[in-house]
Amino acid sequence: MKKNNYKKYLRTHKLPHIWCSGCGHGIILGAALRAMAELELDPYRTVAVTAIGCSARTNAIMHCNTIQTTHGRALTFASGIKMARPDLTVLLFVGDGDGAAIGGNHLIHAARRNVDLTTVLLNNSIYGMTGGQYSPLTPYQKTASTSPYGNLEQDFDICKLADAAGASYVARGIAHDPRHLSKLIRGGIEHKGFSFIEGISHCPTYYGRKNKFASPYDVMRWVKERSVRVKPDSYNFSQDLNGSVPVGVLSHKNLPEFTDEYRKLVEKLQKGAES
Amino acid sequence: MNSGNNVQFLQGNEACALGAIAAGVRFFGGYPITPATEIAEVMARELPKIGGVFVQFEDEIASIGAVIGASVAGTKAMTATSGPGFSLKQENLGYAIHVQIPCVVVNVMRGGPSTGLPTLPSQSDVMQARWGTHGDHPIIALSPYSVRECFDLTVRAVNLSERFRIPVILLSDAIIGHVRERIVLPSREELTLVERKKPTVAPEDYKPFEDDGTDIPPMANLGEEYIFHITSNNYDDEGFPATNDHDIADRRIKSLYNKIERNRAEIDDVDLFMADDAEIIIVAYGSTARSARRAVMMARQEGIKAGLFRLKTIWPFPYDHLRTAAEPAKDVLLVEMNMSQLDSEIKSATHGLQTRIHGLHQSNGMLITPDQIYDRIKGLV
Repeated sequence: MKKNNYKKYLRTHKLPHIWCSGCGHGIILGAALRAMAELELDPYRTVAVTAIGCSARTNAIMHCNTIQTTHGRALTFASGIKMARPDLTVLLFVGDGDGAAIGGNHLIHAARRNVDLTTVLLNNSIYGMTGGQYSPLTPYQKTASTSPYGNLEQDFDICKLADAAGASYVARGIAHDPRHLSKLIRGGIEHKGFSFIEGISHCPTYYGRKNKFASPYDVMRWVKERSVRVKPDSYNFSQDLNGSVPVGVLSHKNLPEFTDEYRKLVEKLQKGAES
Repeated sequence: MNSGNNVQFLQGNEACALGAIAAGVRFFGGYPITPATEIAEVMARELPKIGGVFVQFEDEIASIGAVIGASVAGTKAMTATSGPGFSLKQENLGYAIHVQIPCVVVNVMRGGPSTGLPTLPSQSDVMQARWGTHGDHPIIALSPYSVRECFDLTVRAVNLSERFRIPVILLSDAIIGHVRERIVLPSREELTLVERKKPTVAPEDYKPFEDDGTDIPPMANLGEEYIFHITSNNYDDEGFPATNDHDIADRRIKSLYNKIERNRAEIDDVDLFMADDAEIIIVAYGSTARSARRAVMMARQEGIKAGLFRLKTIWPFPYDHLRTAAEPAKDVLLVEMNMSQLDSEIKSATHGLQTRIHGLHQSNGMLITPDQIYDRIKGLV
């Protein structure tokens, strides 16, 4: 692959982006663009869907069809697109508040249907765009603008949820290791079925500042130190990693894909009508 | 249940589903809710036979989200619901109005508020259809009063949505949705179908929301020769966020209104029955208009000059048509199954006229009967 080939998937005239200095989202977008470049996706036949929040700012600067939707609902719009046009490649970029809170139900059911969509959840542990409120993925006791005395709620493993709901490809990567993350996203796009990739980002402006991280790199290092790489086909979600966060392909299954199943139904009914 | 030229005995909800298919709807996002569920059931059975897509989603929000997505992908798309579901759909309905995505939302009205009277009829979502989603916006809402009209107005709803790039609401009700009537469906040749206006410029010159002088920008579908961006934020001609530009915001909102207001001749649709010489004009729509029509005939038999002004298009409200019809009359009687939601529209339409305005309203899940209306007419004489 040619170096910097991914730039053809950027709307360079829409740069600069609006993310804060030190934000991890650009690194994750870069990882996704490299995956697109490696797969030589046709931008005219690729749709990137986002919703609301910092994660939603990924697609306006991408050179392909890009649709920014309502808060939490990216998967509903994307499902309609894919079901109406199964030939299109549909990617999503959602956030931790966006994808795990307000959009959590859609995640469960898109995974259960196993629609051929690739969802990248950019997890920066906070609602960034609105100024640093706690999300379902803000760790227990960490500080946010709406948990000034420490978060009383338990966070949870969004990858485990996606797997349990029926996602047939589940992976987790970190902004600290963009090449690995790019491979994980590429694997998700290549996989036929619902692919879910949690990309752990970092928000130095809110999460970092409120939790006494001195620099953006300190937040990245915190993410890196908590993570542990697992080998493909070796991990199961009940495994105890002594509090570490598993990174890599966490599950990969061949399950019936929704638009394929639907096409078969149409063929069967139309064949029945002819005979 | 072919939609060919044949006699059928159908429910309003079934006719609505067949009308949608006849109009070219090939994507239906459903969610079960009384009294609209039959529409989803017919779509689930019929759409896969003709290569269309029916999916029952996890909630009302997902079903309209998917409908909008399918429409952006170039497929005529529809969803159907009732009060509680209509409330849940409001945010995405506003999205579709804002980014100008054609689609149809059927609301088979039942008694509210909240869960209310799930199996009983009502017309109490008329104002929600107009102003349910936040922000300034236009809307088109149609109201069928018979099984045949469920078919016809669904076709018209799809056509108007494609023509004006706007969601169209079909305001049916539990009576119209469930009543069975003998109807003759029109043949395919009798139907006029409308397709969205497509861009013709070179791909590099395409600006998705550039005004071509009609306030209805040409619409590219996903996966064709044009690449585009759409956003829920206020947007510029290229479709990108313009969240701090007052001039663009001003132009955008006025353009959304203009495309409807400047085309009222195509959108307005009223049905006048014995109204030419009427001294008492009844204003009604949907199932209530059936009773009103009977009451007018009863009054005429007694020599009372009553007439019916029936709204087929409720929104935008046909102020001019009503003013013309009401001007020579002595009395206007608004009859609705709600607590008088259209009262202020009637008063606006007749402002300054000598005509007296009256209301007959009932919001208890009971149909307003011809006798009730006839009694009010007699009381006005």
